[in-house]
Amino acid sequence: MPTTRVEVKENILSANDLIAQKNRQALDQAGVFSINLMASPGAGKTSLIEHTVRLLQPEFRLAVIDGDIATTIDADRAAAAGAKAVQINTGGDCHLDAVMVSSALASLDLTEFDFLIIENVGNLVCPASFKLGVHKNVLIASVPEGDDKPYKYPGMYQGVDALVLNKMDLLPYIPFRSQYFWHGVEVLNPGVQSFEISCASGSGLDAWLDWIRQHILACRHA
Amino acid sequence: MHELAVTENLLALALKHASLATFAASTAAAPTPRITCLHIVIGQLSSIIDDSVQFYWTIIAKDTPAQSARLDFQRIPALFQCSACSHQFAYRPDEFTCPACNSPQLKIIAGNEFYLDSIEIETS
Repeated sequence: MPTTRVEVKENILSANDLIAQKNRQALDQAGVFSINLMASPGAGKTSLIEHTVRLLQPEFRLAVIDGDIATTIDADRAAAAGAKAVQINTGGDCHLDAVMVSSALASLDLTEFDFLIIENVGNLVCPASFKLGVHKNVLIASVPEGDDKPYKYPGMYQGVDALVLNKMDLLPYIPFRSQYFWHGVEVLNPGVQSFEISCASGSGLDAWLDWIRQHILACRHA
Repeated sequence: MHELAVTENLLALALKHASLATFAASTAAAPTPRITCLHIVIGQLSSIIDDSVQFYWTIIAKDTPAQSARLDFQRIPALFQCSACSHQFAYRPDEFTCPACNSPQLKIIAGNEFYLDSIEIETS
């Protein structure tokens, strides 16, 4: 049978992107600033969330959506720190997608919140491909992971709006070439907003919190 | 690891466009034509494993008009361009400086592609 070629030229995950746009509309409508926190397992996503929630909770109303393969450990920690926490168990999936976030958003009354943190599944590959519809995509790297991570995971490092380098307190004990690390970051994502912090000592958290505050106030309805 | 989601989206996109093409060609409601090939463009920096997609494809496309479609992957190599001297060169994950002028100011100009370019469908 003869065949004909039909042009498509459509992004493979365009269906996900469409739902992501709807998530964004819902967040904008409610005036909620939202971030998607991505990192490898153990980089400090949950620790940073705990600090952020504890320190911002007197000023703002916070919600956390926690993506995890099976447990509720992370959501429990976020709730204990003072946020409304919603757990998404991905059932083995290595990333959150816009549909999972959409149903988690539906379980929250967004008008009750100023700031939403979405904690993605610990993974430096898959979450980079799936837009969720948040305002800022944030990557947490950490000193013990090594200075070569930008070079090994260019997809993740290219796509984020902010980069947090955690566990700076370990710098004296670990061979980590800061210049090499930041050069890779700069090539992949020129001028990206960045923070050097330590969740253990609390250093650098002020700058991070100021950045969040500034965006919450900009998103919040007057 | 996210190849299953990618494969599901590829199937949905292919079926949608096959059915749109038939609809445009005739006014009568026609069944979705058989899809014989998907031309997929994947940049080197998009972490997708062709074999995995192919593996899932044989499972999820079964009993659809795309069941016997061939998956044609066009791989686009990643390219850097030097912002200082405009030299273009192949992406190397361990070396982020220009081999011509040593500048560290580089841009990635290819390698992030991730789309379904076209499909082939049977026409009677």
